[in-house]
Amino acid sequence: MKHYLNAGYSVGSWLLTRDHKRIAILYLLSVTFFFFIGGAFATLVRLELMTPAGDLVISETYNKLFTMHGVAMIFFFLIPAIPTVIGNFLVPLMIGARDLAFPRLNLASWYLFTAAGLLALGSIIFGGVDTGWTFYTPYSTTYANTHVFLMAAAIFVAGFSSILTGLNFVVTIHKMRAPGLTWSRLPLFIWSTYATALLFVIATPVIGITLALIAIERLLSVGIFDPALGGDPLLFQHLFWFYSHPAVYIMVLPALGVVSELVATFSRKRIFGYGFVAGSSLAIAILGFLVWGHHMFVSGQSMYAGMIFSILSFLVAIPSSIKVLNWTATLYRGSISLRTPMLYAIGFMGLFTIGGLTGLFLATLGIDVHVTDTYFVVAHFHYIMVGGTVMAYMGALHYWWPKMTGRSYPEAWGKLSALIIFIGFNLTFFPQFILGYLGMPRRYHAYPEEFQVLNVLSTAGASILGVGYIFPMFYFIGSLFARKKIGDNPWGATGLEWRTSSPPPEDNFRETPVVTEEAYDFAKAEEPELP
Amino acid sequence: MENAVEFNAELAEGAKENAESFSEELRVFSAHSAVSLSYGFVRALHPRQAELRLFPDQASTMAPSVDALYFFLLGTSALIGLALAVLVITFSVKYRRRAGAAHLPAAPTTRWLEIGWIAVMFVLFMAMFVWGARVYYDLQRAPPNALEIQVVGKQWMWKIQHPTGQREVNELHVPVGRPVKLLLSSEDVIHSFFLPAFRVKQDAVPGRTTALWFEATRPGQYHLFCAEYCGTGHSRMTGWIVVLEPRHFQRWLDTRLSGESPVAQGLKLFQSLGCATCHNPQPSARCPNLVGLFGRTVRLRDGSTVTVDDAYLRESILDPAAKIVEGYEPIMPTFQSRVSEEQLLQLLAYLKSQS
Repeated sequence: MKHYLNAGYSVGSWLLTRDHKRIAILYLLSVTFFFFIGGAFATLVRLELMTPAGDLVISETYNKLFTMHGVAMIFFFLIPAIPTVIGNFLVPLMIGARDLAFPRLNLASWYLFTAAGLLALGSIIFGGVDTGWTFYTPYSTTYANTHVFLMAAAIFVAGFSSILTGLNFVVTIHKMRAPGLTWSRLPLFIWSTYATALLFVIATPVIGITLALIAIERLLSVGIFDPALGGDPLLFQHLFWFYSHPAVYIMVLPALGVVSELVATFSRKRIFGYGFVAGSSLAIAILGFLVWGHHMFVSGQSMYAGMIFSILSFLVAIPSSIKVLNWTATLYRGSISLRTPMLYAIGFMGLFTIGGLTGLFLATLGIDVHVTDTYFVVAHFHYIMVGGTVMAYMGALHYWWPKMTGRSYPEAWGKLSALIIFIGFNLTFFPQFILGYLGMPRRYHAYPEEFQVLNVLSTAGASILGVGYIFPMFYFIGSLFARKKIGDNPWGATGLEWRTSSPPPEDNFRETPVVTEEAYDFAKAEEPELP
Repeated sequence: MENAVEFNAELAEGAKENAESFSEELRVFSAHSAVSLSYGFVRALHPRQAELRLFPDQASTMAPSVDALYFFLLGTSALIGLALAVLVITFSVKYRRRAGAAHLPAAPTTRWLEIGWIAVMFVLFMAMFVWGARVYYDLQRAPPNALEIQVVGKQWMWKIQHPTGQREVNELHVPVGRPVKLLLSSEDVIHSFFLPAFRVKQDAVPGRTTALWFEATRPGQYHLFCAEYCGTGHSRMTGWIVVLEPRHFQRWLDTRLSGESPVAQGLKLFQSLGCATCHNPQPSARCPNLVGLFGRTVRLRDGSTVTVDDAYLRESILDPAAKIVEGYEPIMPTFQSRVSEEQLLQLLAYLKSQS
């Protein structure tokens, strides 16, 4: 049978494709590549931190390692991963469209992303950057002697890729929904992708402008951020976090959408409080723009500004907590199957909750003063980014793998990897909360000996985590060669993507689907092939 | 408690007298520690062993307030987290999928559950906000009678000057029981003055002055860290805060003003400028050991050799990157504007005395 994968085998049929599903596969390869690049840097960082002395690499190298770990993971994995791989593949399928609104623009986004990736790789190969992924001035503009300009250019270009993808999603979701698919019937993944797309379009230009200003100051010595030239270093922090805090939600909102899909399917129940869950995505997107100053409580910003940003940060925690409550309530009296994607979803709920609760500590002014810029913050955002986003991404890959490839992954290996990742993750990052409250600053190449035990635990956990990530690489690839095909709707899920064949045909649907019921109406759903 | 070594003058003097009976490492360090406790001294007293610590020392008036708030959040979070975990695990087991089971009707959404949850979270979060803001307010408002000390951050050291003129680098001596206000600034990039045992932290931003205050409650020696990434030597921009009883603090101030030989002054400079943190005889040191160096011939990175004389030492202090010894990195900051000609001579006198 003809489908998008066997529609053409030439290199050109991939590199010049306008099919959103093929572009999703291109993104899958790109972001996986950067995930392992970022992971390699993380491995070296953790190895160095096994001993208190800075003895594995010199300080210059260490500083580049954590910088490039951050840049690769944030700008080239976490931000694009779920929207461009899962979102690209699923947005048209879920809303019953043939493709995104602008297929050529979609391909252009991937080329921009690839160009940005090459610039970033160039910056790494020529010697790397040592500013931290936050590029704080005046260090980044006046003092750093590394390839700041090249890396800033890479992130600048990657930003355009995000903006175009966001634009494409917004237009597609507004204009191309199947007949009968009203806003209140949309799958929750579409709601969260929509909120993310708005953030892409509205927030990303700010980081572009900010990085351009850095380039101007570095190259032309125009005083913008460096006080020696008459600039203000705190201006940079305001601009940077005005993008980068919404960027946190860019990274986590799609994950929240994925988890809603997984919890519904594997409980065979409509998500409890659909309206609240959908609305909370938009609330997070809006409030997320108003909390950037909580990164600056000890920066010298005024005390009253600190108080306003603190109260707003507590408010943004409410919609996130609504989601967790509603997922839990969905499980109640459900028909729960603990297959691999659901293990990731439940793992996500646990880790995201810990990440969210520790976020409250950081929003609390009196505590943030002590723990900001320590390992407490490092642990907190890894719980959100890795425990949250990466867990959801893994869950999504397992859940939609049968749709993407027509093949199933090996269940036992899947469960084992999910378990290894969960254990490894907690062992890696939980000790870092304790280290942070003890006072170990982040970005330290060498540290006092009393912090060693916890650091060794963390490194041990990281090695377990690494194993957990490598398994799926192999069994996903291996599954492609499996002879046995899987049905079109193995999970008995609702949603239009399950109504077409696996892998889907080039045009997605043989006839335009018509939607007549609410999302997650499992009373009418097929029985699962894989219960 | 490794860091909170109870400081008293007798201990320091006793250690000085008994230096011979300690290890080679301690002998060198205690010789360097004639005036104040140094990092090496503490390390020598407490042999290197992996020690698991779970909670920081409480050594300021604000530390218990911050910790009380922290435990309130920790308790609340643990309750919420545990409740969720119990519910998720119970539901996953109790409602696990069974073959042939009929579909249960979808539970109707209870609007009041959502609104109730939002209300409870809102009240709880506002309580956290108000308490947190209250502690923050106290952290930001120094008492008017505070002792004001100037602190300048510079890649990669803290330069400190007391109101009575005494200077320190990477070490800050303060009296117990008296509010101290630090006026922070930076010569180059953003740094952050962080005293974990006091639960205080404040960025030092170039082009502006920021302030931080504390009142120490327990004599001892506590970590000082730079908490804002500031470049290559960020993790070496550390030091100690030494809390003394008021009379010991006064004695310390007095000692710092007394006149001494150029060698002794050079030794002090060598310590106070932070030379000893890198230039120490440990095999893991990042910089050449300077003991017995004068008059020797050393090989440089570019393969050439140089005989260590006055001119070379002077150049290495003022322009350290000019001639880097083989096997080391050019990590030493310049002391061009940091030492006066007089101090430079004292340093040279000290270095020569070590041969």
